[in-house]
Amino acid sequence: MTADVESPVHTVSTPEEEALGAGRSERLSALAQQHGALVTLVVAVIAASLSFDTFLTGDNLENMALSSAFLAVVALGMTFVIVTGGIDLSVGSLFALGGVLAAWGSRYGTVVALLLPLAVCGLIGLVNGLLIARSRLAPFIVTLASMLGARGILLSLTDEGSTTYLVDKDSFFATLGQSTVLGIGAPVWITVALFVLGAVVLRRTRFGQYVYAVGGNEDAAALMGAPVARTKISVYTLSGLCAGFAGALNAAWLVSGVTILGTGMELDAISAVVIGGTLLTGGFGFLSGSLVGVLLLKVIQNVINQIGSLDSAYQQVVSGAFLAVVVIAQTWLGRRRRVL
Amino acid sequence: MLSVTGVSKTFPGVRALSSVDFTARTGEVHALIGENGAGKSTLIKVLTGVYRPDEGQVTYDGSPVRFATPLEAQHAGISTIYQEVNLVPLMTVARNLLLGREPRNRLGLIDFRRMHRTADEALRGLGIRVDVRRPLRELGVGAQQMVALARAVSVDARVVVMDEPTSSLEPREVRTLFEVIRTLRERGIAVIYVSHRLDELYEICDTVTVLRDGKVVHTGRIADLDRLRLVSLMLGREIGVVRDEGLTKFTGSHDTAVEPVLQAEELTVRHLLDGVSVAVRPGEVVGLGGLLGSGRTETAKAIAGALRTDSGRVVVAGTTVRTGSTPAAIRAGISLLPEDRKAEGVLPGLSVRENIALAALPGLSRFGLVDEARIDRIVDTFMTRLRIKAAGPHQKVGELSGGNQQKVLLARWLAMHPKVLLLDEPTRGIDVGAKAEVQKLIDELADDGLGVLLISSDTEELIEGSDRVVVLKDGAVVAELTGDAVTEDRLMRAIATAPSASTAAGGPDD
Repeated sequence: MTADVESPVHTVSTPEEEALGAGRSERLSALAQQHGALVTLVVAVIAASLSFDTFLTGDNLENMALSSAFLAVVALGMTFVIVTGGIDLSVGSLFALGGVLAAWGSRYGTVVALLLPLAVCGLIGLVNGLLIARSRLAPFIVTLASMLGARGILLSLTDEGSTTYLVDKDSFFATLGQSTVLGIGAPVWITVALFVLGAVVLRRTRFGQYVYAVGGNEDAAALMGAPVARTKISVYTLSGLCAGFAGALNAAWLVSGVTILGTGMELDAISAVVIGGTLLTGGFGFLSGSLVGVLLLKVIQNVINQIGSLDSAYQQVVSGAFLAVVVIAQTWLGRRRRVL
Repeated sequence: MLSVTGVSKTFPGVRALSSVDFTARTGEVHALIGENGAGKSTLIKVLTGVYRPDEGQVTYDGSPVRFATPLEAQHAGISTIYQEVNLVPLMTVARNLLLGREPRNRLGLIDFRRMHRTADEALRGLGIRVDVRRPLRELGVGAQQMVALARAVSVDARVVVMDEPTSSLEPREVRTLFEVIRTLRERGIAVIYVSHRLDELYEICDTVTVLRDGKVVHTGRIADLDRLRLVSLMLGREIGVVRDEGLTKFTGSHDTAVEPVLQAEELTVRHLLDGVSVAVRPGEVVGLGGLLGSGRTETAKAIAGALRTDSGRVVVAGTTVRTGSTPAAIRAGISLLPEDRKAEGVLPGLSVRENIALAALPGLSRFGLVDEARIDRIVDTFMTRLRIKAAGPHQKVGELSGGNQQKVLLARWLAMHPKVLLLDEPTRGIDVGAKAEVQKLIDELADDGLGVLLISSDTEELIEGSDRVVVLKDGAVVAELTGDAVTEDRLMRAIATAPSASTAAGGPDD
C-alpha cells in the first residue's frame, strides 16, 4: 500500500484518482474554458486596433459599448436560464415588445415607461416558467410559443407595425437612454450595475446555488431538497424581466419604440452566453463570460463593418462560424475535464 | 421514532407494497432487506416523502405525518443516502454538502470562508480529508458517497436512511462508514440500513425487517436470526432448496488447452492503463481482480472499444480488431455488459422487447425492414431462458428491478451471438436469488463455448467463478493466478504485496 503512504491527504481517494494527481491538464482545460473567450476578445481587440485606425477611437468604442449594452442585459437573463439547463427563445420578441410598451407608456411618465414593460414581459416570463416547471413542458416549445405570441401582441399594439410610438425627447425617460456620465452612456452604466448585481445573485446567494444545482443534476437537486420548480420559474421570469428592461432602455436611447427590432436577438444572446463558457447542458457558467461573449460578437461585427469591401451579410457567416468553433472547443475541453 | 402502518403503494401493473408495518426506533440500526423488487426502495421513498402511500399511515415522533416532498421530510429530520450518489458533480464539495443550508452573512450573501470551514470540519469529523473547493466529480465514487453521508448527518437528522451505502466503497471506507453509523446510534439516531451484504448486516445492525413481494415476512432482532434462515426468508424458499442454490457455484474447471478467442495485448491508456495484457480462451471464465480504480473497468472498456487506447492490440479469434470503436468490437464478437446499468446500459423508457432487440437489429432486418416475428421469437426465448420477471415484453425496462434490468442487458448481448462476453460487476446491486441465477448463467454460457471476462468486487464470486484471475493494480497487471492458486488468499496477497507500480501511477513515459 505504498500509494497510500505517498499521499496521506486523500483518505478516501482511489488509486485512479491518485494516478490523475492534481489533474494539471484538467485544470488547464478548465482555465481555457473559463477564460478562453476573454483571451480571444483581447486578441481580437488588439488585432482590430492594429489593422484599423478607426477602431480604437472614442466614438467607435462608445458605439460598440452602447450597442452591446442592450444585448448584454438580455444575455444576463439568458445565462441564468441556460445554467439551469433551459433555453429561452422568447427574449427577442420580449425585447421588441418591451421597447414598444415603454415608448407608448412614456407619455404617462417615466415610472409607467419602465414598469409597464417590466410587468408585461415579467408576466410572460412567469407564464413560461410555470408551463416549464409545473406542467413539465419542454422549454424550447414553451418559449417558442411565447416568442410568437409576444410578437403578435406587439403587432396588435402597433397596428401591424405601422404605428411607431415616440418618446418625448425632453422627458426624464429619454434622458435615461441618452445622457452620459463620465463620457459613457447611461445604458452602459446601468448594464454594468446589473451585471455586478446579477453576478452577486448567481455566485453568492442560495438562489444562485439552486440555479447551478438544478442545471447540474435536477434529480439530485430535488432529492437534496432544492426547490426545483421555484428555481425554474424564477429564472424564466428573470429572463423576461431582463428582455423587457433591455427593450425599454433601448427605446429610451432611440426615443421611439421600433417594432422591427429584436428579431433573432434570442440567438445572439444564446451565442454570447455559450461563447462566454456557459455549458448549454447546464450546471456550469458565469456572467462575466456572457458579457465577454456579447463584446466579442460586437467586435467581430464592428470589424466586418470596418472592412468596407466586405458585405455586412458576411458578418453572420463569421459569427456563425465563430460560434461553431467555440462549441467544438468547449466540447473538447469539457471532455478533457470529463464534464460532458 | 419513524414508523408506517398498513402502507400500500401500487404502480401500474405492480403492487409494490401491501399493508406494510415497519418501525425504526431511536438509537437502533435497522436492516431492511429483500430481493430486488421486494419493495425496499418503494418503502424508503414513502418514508422520505418521495412517494405518498395509497393507503396507510406514516407516524413520526408519535404523530401522523404526510410529507409532501423530500424537503419537508429533511426539515423534519429524516435524511437519506441513496445507492447512486445523488449530488451535483459540477459543483464543489462544499456547495454540495451545504446546498440549501449555506452559512450567510448579514447581507444574506453566502459566506464562502465559513462554508468551506464548515464543510471541511464536517468531512474531517468522518475521517475524510479532501479539498472542499474542488468540484465533486474530481473525487472517486467512494469519496463522493462519503460527502453524501456527511451531508445527510450534518443536518440535525433524527432518522438516517442508507440505501446500499457500501456498494461502491472500499473495505477501508466501509470501516469508516461503520464507525460513523455507531456514532449515530450512540447519539440516539434511528438508522435504516439497506444492503445486500449479509456480513455487513450482522456486523452493524440491531434489528432486521425482511420484505418479499411487497410484504413484511419477518421482523425482529438480527442476532436471533441465523444467516441461512435469513436467506430463506428473503427468497421465500425452504432451507434445503436454498442450501442447494447457495452452493450452485461455477464449476471453475473449463477447458484450457485451446487457442485464446480473445487476446488483448499491451493495452495502454494514459493515466489509466499501463500495458495490460489479457487472454481468454473459449469456454473459459477469466476474472479481473484488483481494488476499485485499479483499471478493471477500463480494461474491459478498452477491449470493447468504449475507451480509446494510446497503444495496444485486441485480437479476437485471430483477427485484429480496430480499437476505440464499439461497432468494430461488436462486429468482431465482443460484448460488454457495463458496470453502470443506469447510465451506460438500459434505456429505461423503452420496452423490454426493444431493449433486447436494440443491438441485434441490424442482423434482424432485411432490406432495412425489421423482421418483427424473428424479434418476437428471440425476445421470448431470452425472457424465458434468463427468467426475466416482467409484466410482458412491452413493459418499460425502467419499471423492472435491478436484477431484471441486468438480465435484459445480458439478453441484449446474447442475442448478438458474441464470442467474448465482458461482464463488469454483473451481480452488483442485485439480490441473492438473482445473483445465484446470474452466476449460474455465466457458467452455462462458458460451457457453451463463450469466452468470459468477469469483473467483480465480490472476491468470493470472482474466485469461485473464474478459471484464472488476472490481478490489476494501478492500471497494470501484477499477477496471474491459475489452477490451485485461484484463492482469495492469493488474490489479497497479490494486491497487497505486489510492488506498487509507481510508473503507472505517476503518469509515466509520454
